[in-house]
Amino acid sequence: MNHPKVLVLRAAGVNCELETAGAFAAVGGKPELVHISELRGGKKRLMDYAVLAIPGGFSYGDDVGAGKVLANQIRHTLTDLRQFVRLGRPVIGICNGFQALVKSGILPHSNACDQTASFTVNDSGRFEARWTHLRLNIQSSCLFFKGLPEMIELPVAHGEGKLVLKSPRHLEDLKKNKSIALQYVTEDGKLLGYPHNPNGSIFNIAGLTNPEGNVLGLMPHPERFVAVQQHPNWTRQTYRKQAIGLEMFRNAVIHAR
Amino acid sequence: MSSSVAEHPAASDDFSIVGKSVKELRALGDHRHLSLNDAEWAAVQAHFKLLKREPSLAEIETIAQTWSEHCKHKIFTSPIRYTEGRKTRTIKNLFQETIVAATEALQKPWCLSVFEDNAGVISFGKKWALAFKAETHNPPSALEPYGGAATGVGGVVRDILGCGLGAKPVLNTDVFCFGRPDYKGFLPEGAHHPVRTLRGVVAGVRDYGNRMGIPTAGGGIWFDDDYRLNPLVFCGTVGLLPQWAVKKEVKPGDLIVAAGGRTGRDGLHGATFSSAVLGADAPSSAVQIGHAIIEKRVLDALLRARDRRLYRSVTDCGAGGFSSAVGELAARCGARVRLEAAPLKVSDLESWEIWLSESQERMVLAVPAKNLKALEAVFAAEGCETAVIGEFTRTGRLEVLHHANAVVDLDMKFLHKGLPRIEREAVWNAPSATKPSGGADKKLSQALKEAVGHLNVCSREWVIRQYDHEVQGGTVIKPLQGVRHDGPGDACVIWPHTATGDMDDFSGFSVAHGLNPEYGRFDPYWMALACVDEALRNLTCVGADPSRAALLDNFCWASPEDPKQLGALVRAAEGCRDAAKGFAAPFISGKDSLYNQSKDEKGRELPIPGTLLISAIATIPDTRKALTMDFKGPGNALYLIGRTNDEMGGSLYHRLLGRAGGEVPKVCPVTALDGFKSLHAAILKGLVLSAHDLSDGGLAVAATEMGFSGEFGCLVDLDEMPRDPRIYSNETLLFSESPSRILIEIKPEDEGSFLRHFGKAAKAAAVRRIGQTTANPIFKVVGLDGSTILEESLRELKEGWQKTLPAMLA
Repeated sequence: MNHPKVLVLRAAGVNCELETAGAFAAVGGKPELVHISELRGGKKRLMDYAVLAIPGGFSYGDDVGAGKVLANQIRHTLTDLRQFVRLGRPVIGICNGFQALVKSGILPHSNACDQTASFTVNDSGRFEARWTHLRLNIQSSCLFFKGLPEMIELPVAHGEGKLVLKSPRHLEDLKKNKSIALQYVTEDGKLLGYPHNPNGSIFNIAGLTNPEGNVLGLMPHPERFVAVQQHPNWTRQTYRKQAIGLEMFRNAVIHAR
Repeated sequence: MSSSVAEHPAASDDFSIVGKSVKELRALGDHRHLSLNDAEWAAVQAHFKLLKREPSLAEIETIAQTWSEHCKHKIFTSPIRYTEGRKTRTIKNLFQETIVAATEALQKPWCLSVFEDNAGVISFGKKWALAFKAETHNPPSALEPYGGAATGVGGVVRDILGCGLGAKPVLNTDVFCFGRPDYKGFLPEGAHHPVRTLRGVVAGVRDYGNRMGIPTAGGGIWFDDDYRLNPLVFCGTVGLLPQWAVKKEVKPGDLIVAAGGRTGRDGLHGATFSSAVLGADAPSSAVQIGHAIIEKRVLDALLRARDRRLYRSVTDCGAGGFSSAVGELAARCGARVRLEAAPLKVSDLESWEIWLSESQERMVLAVPAKNLKALEAVFAAEGCETAVIGEFTRTGRLEVLHHANAVVDLDMKFLHKGLPRIEREAVWNAPSATKPSGGADKKLSQALKEAVGHLNVCSREWVIRQYDHEVQGGTVIKPLQGVRHDGPGDACVIWPHTATGDMDDFSGFSVAHGLNPEYGRFDPYWMALACVDEALRNLTCVGADPSRAALLDNFCWASPEDPKQLGALVRAAEGCRDAAKGFAAPFISGKDSLYNQSKDEKGRELPIPGTLLISAIATIPDTRKALTMDFKGPGNALYLIGRTNDEMGGSLYHRLLGRAGGEVPKVCPVTALDGFKSLHAAILKGLVLSAHDLSDGGLAVAATEMGFSGEFGCLVDLDEMPRDPRIYSNETLLFSESPSRILIEIKPEDEGSFLRHFGKAAKAAAVRRIGQTTANPIFKVVGLDGSTILEESLRELKEGWQKTLPAMLA
């Protein structure tokens, strides 16, 4: 069996790297924790890996803005990231990793890699951790979602997760390009406000993908739902769901194989 | 030392004490916030008289810090003349005779390191170990709530990093005691309103813990106006380390390497300041400034270096900074330090400031010279600064130089053993038993609503949501439970295997707390037993093994110079000893914070209520068998474990009515432990659907919480409760806080095996079916006379339970 190499990016303040690597390992990937200084120094090369994962955390303390410093580091250090994306290799940015992908112009996709979206403080004004119901956009070509049900649950944990767009027309672009990967919804699938939409993101957007579907950025944490016991209701008799987060990592590994 | 260096500290830094009067020395000490008492000054004076020289400022500061209450816990280890009633006896060393004695008597082979290191260590499976420590950061949190609480978290996390050869933090816990947020009285100058303290402390804990990537998933808050001037902030951390890394040693010749943050002027006199009574003149420089990302870098680098075995020992710079860290590591050999090598935040620091600064995020390592290059490379790769600031010697002396000037040259023996022991007086008079009196009865429905919405019972969701309680992916039983993820769990369960890398291992651990200062107002002895009981029954409720529980003690008390306060402290410590022995649960670490009192708005001393926090940790063989407290379905049987007695003293119900007196709840550890162990075995057999402990508000509050969290109702018949037959009051049965009781839910088809499993205990009527769950979310109670005495909508009760805290903070 082929075990695709997964680069799990580390930097000061990244703190979800072990569970992210653990998720990839559980589905047959070969994760490697790589500090951004190793890429900068040329000791490691991005193009030697089949998958890139940018885990959650508080990279560089989220000073200046969530993921902003890491985004600049990515622009200047991971100069072959655009090439990596163009080759169709899977890239996933979770929480802080998603914020960095947006602030480095990788998501939403634009030909010039311009930044057209950003994040601001949750409407509640506070960091909040809670489980959310999510609807996957089954019309998107996102490779991470293959075979997944439309309605899933994952936890979020962030203080600056409200997605904002440069202008209203960008929302139309996102819809047209099928770039909205997943949205916060109620248990029965409605687009409602807080606390269902935990941060006040525009159009309840929880994650974005690119038109090709090989890049996924999302605020919820799929790596925190790779075993049934991680769901808040697993002790209830009525709970019979699978650990859906794990399937996203499996799809990436299968695709890279 | 090279020959060009002066033999003893330079005269310019002299701090003249020889020949000074007691009064002059006191003034000198007050001026510099040294917190040395007369006997200690006399010992210092005598020592330098013998040396025929004056001490340097840095030496005096080093001694004051090393001998501070914060570092030496001298009250707990000094002789006490204890008078109880008409009997007087001498306690040579309270700590040894209570806490340590219990642990030694129990001789648990799974205790790997107790009371020695920065944390207590127990084994976890064959290869791993868990380090657990809780400490307070009270005075800093009173002065500057955000910074004080944040550095409280940072400090205890560093204790875990500096335990053994370093452990990976996998859980943070936080327990607070605050004044009531609706406090409307006056406050003296410099004191913050409880709302400001609460908001600041929660934000500080949140920002530091979340940034470090450590789940904050356990804790609690207790509100009482006597904490308004001296809030308590207890920070706890559990760390995971391989068993080979539990032991550490320093060898002469090893290099002293400082790693992490730089040294600045922040946090001077933290150790000595925590040993004094807090007032408006407290130095602002005593509060440190935290930076979580620097500590995260230290964590990442340190564990990488540990696994490559690049250093022989490590400890954190806490109170007392380098002085304390180097002093401790070198206690058995000696050390020579060169202060000019320490990386600084500002260049104009004086020698003693560099040596004593409590700047955060710093660790001190003992590194064999041959490993230095490799170690430096590991830290540099993480963007973490290191500096060689000296070496360990075999001289038995602590030598500190700054630009070739000797600033400290002290004998280690004097420093660590020279502290004079002063005998203190302690008095305890058992309160005479009184019948409950005062306060008018309330309608049951009204009493229940008020109990559920009471500040010490109501939902803590506003706080808990702000903590990332699931980072690291190991929180399999969460602090908020039930259908809508908002019910009050008894404890969290952590499955720490993203850190071990073995995701097929389902073992885990749980941490729970016990705290009830209200009982301490009646009798601190029974408070201690109740706290241990509460912590252990919480652990049992989530499926942890009560026979594998280890304890931490944290005493927060007012001034021990008051014999009554010290007497109460002795009483509490003896309660801890008897609880540990009775429950066969050893103490593995602990801390105390004394002098928690301040002058109130009228200039009178306001002491905090004597407060004991028991933190308990227990392993769980299979986390897939863990439980939550929410009702799981309709038509299930409800069983109550444990007997209900008429002991309403200090209960929430009495406080609601404004009633005084009564008996404080009394624990029988042997009976309690039997119940917990049997329940644990039943849980492992899969016979139990949910379990919730009865604490504040008794059965009424516990059943309500289980109901609204699971969105099912229940019908309870009070006449079925295992109880003292002399109880004729429905109120007592509903609201009594008799300890050791747990309410559990069982499928009807499992009742037979459950009762057979309990066997004798069931026959002895300590385990009885008291009702059942219902589909309708209504809490219905049948009283002793067979009539329905209570029928309340759980939805409405939940609303009341949820709105208290947000409404007060809005």
